Amino acid sequence: MAHQQQPVEMILLRQLASYLAIPMWMMDEAGNLIYYNESAEGLLGVQFDDVGPMAAEQLVGAWNVTQLDGSPVPDYDFPVVVALSKRKPAHRAVRFQGMDGEWRAVEVTALPIEGQGGRFLGVLATFWEVED
Amino acid sequence: MVGKKGRLLVLDAGSGMRALGANVESVERVDVLITHLHMDHIQGLPFFAPLHDPDTRVDVWGPISTTQTLKERLNRYLSPPLFPLRVRDLSNVDFHDVPPGTFDIDGIQVTADLVSHPGPTLGYRLEEAGRVLTYLPDHEPALGMHNFPKSPEWTSGYDLAAGADLLIHDSQYTDEEYSQRIGWGHSSYTHLLAFAAMTEVSTLMTFHHDPDHSDQKLDEAHERLRATGQDYEIVPGTHGAIFEI
Repeated sequence: MAHQQQPVEMILLRQLASYLAIPMWMMDEAGNLIYYNESAEGLLGVQFDDVGPMAAEQLVGAWNVTQLDGSPVPDYDFPVVVALSKRKPAHRAVRFQGMDGEWRAVEVTALPIEGQGGRFLGVLATFWEVED
Repeated sequence: MVGKKGRLLVLDAGSGMRALGANVESVERVDVLITHLHMDHIQGLPFFAPLHDPDTRVDVWGPISTTQTLKERLNRYLSPPLFPLRVRDLSNVDFHDVPPGTFDIDGIQVTADLVSHPGPTLGYRLEEAGRVLTYLPDHEPALGMHNFPKSPEWTSGYDLAAGADLLIHDSQYTDEEYSQRIGWGHSSYTHLLAFAAMTEVSTLMTFHHDPDHSDQKLDEAHERLRATGQDYEIVPGTHGAIFEI
């Protein structure tokens, strides 16, 4: 059986995210970006329909990210990477540059998504702008 | 369902189980594939005669849970005071927790996957000798979709139903009824037609009719469905219907 479909948990998560007013970002189990909602578009500086799904390797460097003081954030310490690689929740405050060129201070919380039967399905991240 | 080797597979355990059990003769093994544990899908299980025949092996398959085994969950129904026997009294019955994935039952390839319905609910795709039957009795693929359907990637049940020779699918509501029951886990006729077209099935059997729909109302609905001129055949799910796939 060919697989063209996302797991139903991710389908329902996307549908929920599309209704929510908090920014949400979804990655599959391989770290590919599969969706972010309209609320996230303002912070990321680009509409999801304009960039579409992005492979994990495309994400590296797509958005510039630093710590709040401007020093670098190691990739392995970024919340979505922690949730993806260690499969546990992670949180961090960072500054990042949206695709519109604007730098913003945000807090990021990422959660691993586990489905029935212990299936690791991906990562859900939410973020919100904070006072710089 | 009867496979090429004569193996009997039963899809869910609703009220038809008593009559089915009464008409099963000299069967060595029966497999019961349960989609979920809502009462209309398990209420007939205790009254299925092979369950009480020590010479017949019964394998019951159902969705996995994070807290209890299938046997433990069914024991809440199959135990006093709701039923005089307990699951542990049924020495010829084995229970299997089914995670999403594919397994084999006597040459029949069974793929189970979770679908959109309240509570963990499986759909089943059964394949043998290149022929496919897909069973999605309780399914609301349009839940939360602004314009259903969008793409196979984001459609619940797509992989299970793609290219099926026979799709048995939830057809509970008229469009008007669905608008008042969003999130209840079932499909409207319009969503049903769109799902069957997207998955490119050969035959669609409407199933899980609303209990409040009379035979006359169902007949009229099927006439309207057929009149839409789909590329696939539409047949109504009825008691005793037989299909050779």
